[in-house]
Amino acid sequence: MSLTEEKFIELNRMACRIRTDIVEMLNQAGSGHTGGSLSAADIITALYFHKLRHNPADPNWAGRDRFILSKGHAAPVLYAALARSGYFPVGELKTLRQVGSRLQGHPDSKKLPGVEVSTGSLGQGLSMACGVALSARLDKMDTRVYALLGDGELQEGQVWEAVMLAAHYGLENLTAIVDNNGLQIDGACSEVMCVDPISDKFRAFGWDVIDIDGHDIAAIVDALDRADTGRGRQTAIVAKTIKGKGCSLFEGKVEYHGTPPSDEELKVALEEIGKV
Amino acid sequence: MSTKIATREAYGKALLELGKKNDKVVALDADLSGSTKTKVFGKEFPDRFFNVGIAEQNLIGTAAGLALGGKVPFASTFAVFATGRAWEQIRQSVCYPDLNVKVVASHAGITVGEDGGSHQSVEDIALMRVLPGMTVIVPADATETHKAVMAMDKHVGPAYIRVGREKVAVLFDDDYNFRIGRAHVFSKGKDVTFIACGVMVEVALKAAEELAAEGISAGVINMATIKPLDADAVIDAAKESGAIVTAEEHSVIGGLGGAVSELLGEEFPVPVKRVGMKDVFGSSGKPADLMKKYGLTSDDLKKAAKKAIAAKT
Repeated sequence: MSLTEEKFIELNRMACRIRTDIVEMLNQAGSGHTGGSLSAADIITALYFHKLRHNPADPNWAGRDRFILSKGHAAPVLYAALARSGYFPVGELKTLRQVGSRLQGHPDSKKLPGVEVSTGSLGQGLSMACGVALSARLDKMDTRVYALLGDGELQEGQVWEAVMLAAHYGLENLTAIVDNNGLQIDGACSEVMCVDPISDKFRAFGWDVIDIDGHDIAAIVDALDRADTGRGRQTAIVAKTIKGKGCSLFEGKVEYHGTPPSDEELKVALEEIGKV
Repeated sequence: MSTKIATREAYGKALLELGKKNDKVVALDADLSGSTKTKVFGKEFPDRFFNVGIAEQNLIGTAAGLALGGKVPFASTFAVFATGRAWEQIRQSVCYPDLNVKVVASHAGITVGEDGGSHQSVEDIALMRVLPGMTVIVPADATETHKAVMAMDKHVGPAYIRVGREKVAVLFDDDYNFRIGRAHVFSKGKDVTFIACGVMVEVALKAAEELAAEGISAGVINMATIKPLDADAVIDAAKESGAIVTAEEHSVIGGLGGAVSELLGEEFPVPVKRVGMKDVFGSSGKPADLMKKYGLTSDDLKKAAKKAIAAKT
């Protein structure tokens, strides 16, 4: 289903709200991953406020779709989406990374409702998504399973073990989304350890691949809808994104992989995000 | 007893039985299903069996996902690969989120034999024991293996069961009451107590019998559950006999000997001697020859027992 104009505007507004939450909670926490949270904000918004069948009042509802944040360091974007969905009070976002908080530095499913499974060690989420997809198939459920991976994360060998398994079993209920922001903590992915061509690699492993602009909400929604009709094949959505998207201070800057906005930077960020 | 059955054989049979009883049970293997005996389950339940190929990290990750979906996955491969290659997956994808994944690893210890040190896991108990929330079970025979696997039906959470390649004597009959976390006391000793697991239980029974002939009273405890350790049984034995000898087909570091020493060091210090692999890798050879080479025979246990007794103040 294509988006109505009204829904399109609503989703874009929500993406801005999510970005605002991200920069505010990271500034408050004084540590955390700014760049990779902001780059995934539009993808996460499209999933949580349009695509996923989920029920914040009943996080363990059996009929829900499953989302696994394989790039667990982008926890702030997930927390913002969960809070704005109603899984827990928005006010709790400011407890990020504090002692005793349910909002751990990386998502902890034992602590926070709505987090499908704990992640943080890169390369492991897609394997778990494969297991969930196999389980749903055994149960004859129409569950859809989504995993969001970073592009640097694709350097982990385990990812390709899972990519192979998904194709072997023809997991049409599985969609992997790659947040292709081109940067990792030590520099450009192409310089640290080149992962390109990403789409061709997935195709060679037997996946359907959709290349999109990861900041175009309409394109994200369209790709997610197309992935529903996998017909025996799993889908990879390779989303070209900008690390730090939403604030000129952070965009395309590797330094903000793991640096939070300072008070000054927060002011600029809030102003720029608010203008969109 | 004269009957000998490999614990991996018992695992294959028990898994099939559990699979018939509980349709949530699924099995995964990494191209060693003929050796680990998960193939038996796979033949009966092809839809519930997943061979992930030679990819141990994905083996554990996929098992974690199946557990998230409400299944009871049993993931199997050789112990050295399951607990070594995929240790971090067991930590992050299974134990940290506390998922109901059962890792049953075969070909543990030096009784793998001819394949040599690369394939002989002598670190797996330590690697699994250190993980928060992990239950670690090392069955001594086929009966205990069967009961341990069946006990997984009621046990929710991560568990590691260690089984072996070689045929071993059947020590227990069907009415043996296996309970997770509960030691089985074969006999109490006045002078020393052997606390053993796995293939070393049979060796300890032999050593105790031979010591009795020399007038030394040695007790024997089968400590199948390494974690959670039956602390009462260990402390009672220390109080009654005043000296302990641990025995395992595993490094003396971090396994049963480590667990017992840590407990007694804090709670009831008595002389402890650890029999096991002395911080070395294994090597190729016939299992019985290797047990001699690395000091895992009843003679070695007797020597350790005498040293422990001599160390009493």
